[in-house]
Parts: sequence; structure tokens; C-alpha cells
Amino acid sequence: MNTETVSLSVTELQTIAKKLRRDIVTMIGKAGSGHPGGSLSAVEIVTALYFKVMRHKPDDPHWSERDRFVLSKGHSAPVLYSALAESGYFPTGELPTLRKFGSSLQGHTDCNCTPGVEMSAGSLGQGLSFSIGIALAGRLNKQNYHVYTLLGDGECEEGQVWEAAMAAAHFKIDTLTAIVDKNGLQIDGWTKDIMNTEPFAEKWQAFGWHTIEIDGHNFNQLIGAFEQAKTIKGKPTVIIAHTIKGKGISFMENNVDFHGKAPNPAQVEQALKELT
Amino acid sequence: MGRTASFREAYGKTLLDLGKENPDIVVLDADLSHSTMTYYFADQFPERFFNCGIAEQNMVSIAAGLAISGKIPFASTFAVFAPGRCFDQIRVSVAQPHLNVKIVTTHSGLTVGEDGASHQAIEDLSLMSSLPGFTIIVPADAIETAQAVRTAATNKGPFYIRLCRPEGTLVYDEKYRFNLGKANVLKAGSDATIIAIGLLVAPAIEAAENLERQGVDCRVLNMSTLKPIDETAINQAAMETGAIVTAEEHLEHGGLGSAVANVVAKNYPVPVEMVALKNTYARSGKPAELLEKYGLTTKGIEQAVRRVLERKIC
Ligand SMILES: Cc1ncc(C[n+]2csc(CCOP(=O)(O)OP(=O)(O)O)c2C)c(N)n1
Ligand SMILES: [Mg+2]
Repeated sequence: MNTETVSLSVTELQTIAKKLRRDIVTMIGKAGSGHPGGSLSAVEIVTALYFKVMRHKPDDPHWSERDRFVLSKGHSAPVLYSALAESGYFPTGELPTLRKFGSSLQGHTDCNCTPGVEMSAGSLGQGLSFSIGIALAGRLNKQNYHVYTLLGDGECEEGQVWEAAMAAAHFKIDTLTAIVDKNGLQIDGWTKDIMNTEPFAEKWQAFGWHTIEIDGHNFNQLIGAFEQAKTIKGKPTVIIAHTIKGKGISFMENNVDFHGKAPNPAQVEQALKELT
Repeated sequence: MGRTASFREAYGKTLLDLGKENPDIVVLDADLSHSTMTYYFADQFPERFFNCGIAEQNMVSIAAGLAISGKIPFASTFAVFAPGRCFDQIRVSVAQPHLNVKIVTTHSGLTVGEDGASHQAIEDLSLMSSLPGFTIIVPADAIETAQAVRTAATNKGPFYIRLCRPEGTLVYDEKYRFNLGKANVLKAGSDATIIAIGLLVAPAIEAAENLERQGVDCRVLNMSTLKPIDETAINQAAMETGAIVTAEEHLEHGGLGSAVANVVAKNYPVPVEMVALKNTYARSGKPAELLEKYGLTTKGIEQAVRRVLERKIC
């Protein structure tokens, strides 16, 4: 289905986004553990990629020309699982097995367990480097796939992210687009209080990246940014997507408690009511 | 002492050959290409060589990304920096997904010498042995190094190959064929078995020859594949010789000594003596001075054989 950019409208993308949110809340609720906040903030980013921007074949996860999505913040696995299931990599009926013994849906992403998952993650800070490797292989093979890497804003406190930022610019990798889910929160609180990363865009610029700042819940802005990124040559692009952690569910929005806590059954019910 | 040759040179030249034979071989380094000898490859194949700068974590994760995309990456630095500086990257980006990444380090052990404790990798085998699915090779000389590197290139999965800085006595000649996962019997014997790796293999042979003149008949095994270890050879050594001495340029915890003791304890308990560093860091000095101080020598091995024979239950 998604071998070529599909022509979904923004309204249709919004409908899919809502489905993803419902999946996320339901599966984490069912699992009784997991990280809803950072999955919910990334819904539009991931929806835009899987249902609009990326060239990929859900029935052929290893298609060598596919665009790659690398989830560096592996704790946001639910948003990826939901997008993969909804686009046809595996049945949506598997989603409720999240985190269960014997499930293909591991607590943090595992590339050997789940079709469509490109990277095993869970230890923050490694995905951008990993993506450089994938992009360099594409260059050597004269393939023209694009690599999209989703990072958390707290994750950007890891030194390795900046090693990778330096290297991607040094190697002039223009087939790599990083997206930072800038929801402002990490585990212990607001990123600006825990370890201030500002001035953030300027850091990426100083490291040699083309930098775009957008509202990460706005599909037009997301799609525009992804289109612009593909036209930038000779350097990588970062899209700093301003988002709301827990987006779409009133009692989770900007609530640090829901970084890594599952909603209880009543909260799941309440959340699903809000997502109709 | 016989002819010597450089492990690192053997590595660098083998990489160069592999680069000519297989376009999927790629090489990464972290600003040490003239020490690890990856520069031979870099000079010939600049487009397939990635100097990551002084950023070992980044290097390992990039290698993982290359591997998952079908390349065969060799990533090199000093043994103190990989796994020391990037253990988590090796664990999560390479070991857990079982990717085809080859980490080849140089300057391992005490024989880096004058640079002192920060540069003496004496824990690397312990760290790497702890990772499920990694194959670990510690070649005994330059000839085995060349073959081990080739073996790593042609066998899928994560490999760690540990090399040292100095040249080492050639244990083998060109007729030798490295056999992955199999201990190589360098001398037959029935009174005790000396199992050695790396730079300690040559002294092990010498110790066995000295002991033979004194009427002690030692078997000598080169356990160059540290993991998966050749359990059969160890079991046979335990059953047939009843006493084992291990010798390595590493801490006794988590290295060859531990691995051998693990097999012996489970299958056929016999006394084991370990020639290794014991819960200590060393200091600056000439390689020979350091080896002497910690008993990682021919004499040290002979003494360990004497000790193990006293403990042997006949
Ligand atoms: C190396 C590492 N250190 C700590 C953690 C524990 N941890 C999991 S999520 C998280 C906060 C992540 O914040 P952010 O990157 O902003 O993610 P998001 O807000 O999108 O959930 C931390 C500290 C980890 N997974 N990896
Ligand atoms: Mg955050």
C-alpha cells in the first residue's frame, strides 16, 4: 500500500492519528506498564511518516529501497507498533499483547522480534549514530532511501547524540533527517530544569545541520518540513517538532507522571471517550 | 626465541586484502588508524573507511547501522576504549540484535607498557565475555591473527578480536589453519595441561619444553577462541592430565582462567592454577618489566605447573 507517497488528506491523517492514540492508550492500559507520554506526543510525526512521507512496503519489511524510520527513543515503542499495525506490517489484533511473555511486541523496540522495527533500542542516545550507519550504507550501495530518526528532547542530553550530530554533518549526509520530539519533559521533570539544552536549534545549526522548527502536531507543517528536508543537499536536516507530552488526553497532557505510567482501566475509558 | 611479527600489521594487511576481495567490507576507526593499522585500508579505500574521530560510542553504533544494512564493518580502537568507552553501545546496538559487527582492538593487556594503567586493558575480555552471542578471539601470533580476521569476515555475527601492541614470537608457520571454536594442541602431554591465549602462548610452549627436560610432560593448548570455548578440549585435558594451568594477559576474573574453571567445575573438577593479574592495576614500565612483576612469564607458568602438580589428586 505505501510503496509510493499516498495522497491522504490532512483530515484523513488526523483520523489515523486518533486511531494511533486509541491504540496507544489501550495497549499500554492492557499491558499495565509502559510509556504513554512520549508516544502520544509523537503521533503526528509518526503518522505523517508512515502514511504520507515514507516509501515503504508493509508486506515486504526488508525491501531494500525502503525509507527507514529509526526510533531512537525506544520507550516510545507503542506509537511505532501502532503505526506498523495500522499500516499492515502485522495484525492490529497483536497490539494488546504488548509487553506480554511470548509477544512480538517487546517493551522497548527489538528489530529481531517485530516486522518493520529497524533498530533495537531502549538505551537512549544511540539511534542517530545507528542511522548514520544506515545512511552511509545507502550511499555506498548507491541507493536513494532516506533515513528518519526520532529522538526525544531529554535524550539529546546524551553526549553520543552530539557525537552523531558532528559526524553526520562531517560526512555530509543529506539522506538523514532527525526529528526531535520537543515535548519539554523527561522523567524527573521539565528538560529546562533537569538539564537545559537551550539554545537548542542554535546547537544543531552550529553542528552544521539544516534546522527547521515546527508545531509537531500540525500535519501541514510536518509534511512541509519533510519535503524541505529532502531538498537540502550536502548536510543533514533536523526538524525540531514542538509537541505536548501526553497530547490528546486531557489528564496526560504536560503531566510528567504519565511519562512511564500506564493508565488504569477507568483512565483508559476516560481517555477513549476523549478520543472519539 | 624464534622469529617475531606484528599482530597489528597482520590485521591491517589482512583488512586491505579483504577490502580488495569484498566490496562490503567497511572499516571504522576512532583517530587511531596508524596504531590499529587500519590506515592500510583507509589509504586504499577512502570511501569505505570512516574515521569517526575520538567518539567510540558513535563509532560502534554507526558500525551497527552499517551491519544491519548489509555491510561487514570492522571497528577498531585500543582495547581500553572498546569495550571500555562504549560497552552499552556494544551491548544494545550490537550484541542484543546480534549484528555482524567486528570489533578488533589493539594495545590490549599490560604490554602497552609505559602508557600506564589507564591504557592497559585488563578487563576487556571479562566485559566482552559477558555478552551473549559474541565470538571472542585472542590470536597467539601474527599468522593466527590474519586467519582469525578472515574468519570473522566470513562468519556472520558479532566478533571481538583482541590484539596487542608489541610484536610476538611466531608460534605458527604459514601451513597453520585456524579452526574457529577449536583449541589448538601445540604439544601433547599427560601430566598437566597449560592453556594459554595471546602473547602468553609462546611462553607456555617454552615453559612446557623446560618442564619436559625436568621430566614433567605438559600438554599445551592455544585457546584462541575464548568464546565459545572448546569445552571438549578442556574436558579431555581435565580427564587425561588431571591438572590445568591457564595463562593470559588479563585479570583472572572474567578472562580465560574463569572460562576454563567454569567448564572444569561443571564437568570434571581438577585443580586449576591461573597465571593472570590478580585484582590489581599495574603501572608504567617496559612490557617485559611488567610481565615479570606479575609473573606472566615462562618462569611464572612453570611455577604454576609445579603448584598445580602438588594439588593434583593422583
Ligand atoms: C541511556 C539511558 N538513560 C536513561 C534511560 C531511562 N529513561 C527512559 S525514558 C527517559 C526520559 C526520556 O526523555 P525524552 O527523551 O524527552 O523522551 P520523551 O519525553 O519523548 O518520552 C529516561 C531518562 C534510558 N532509557 N536510557
Ligand atoms: Mg521529552
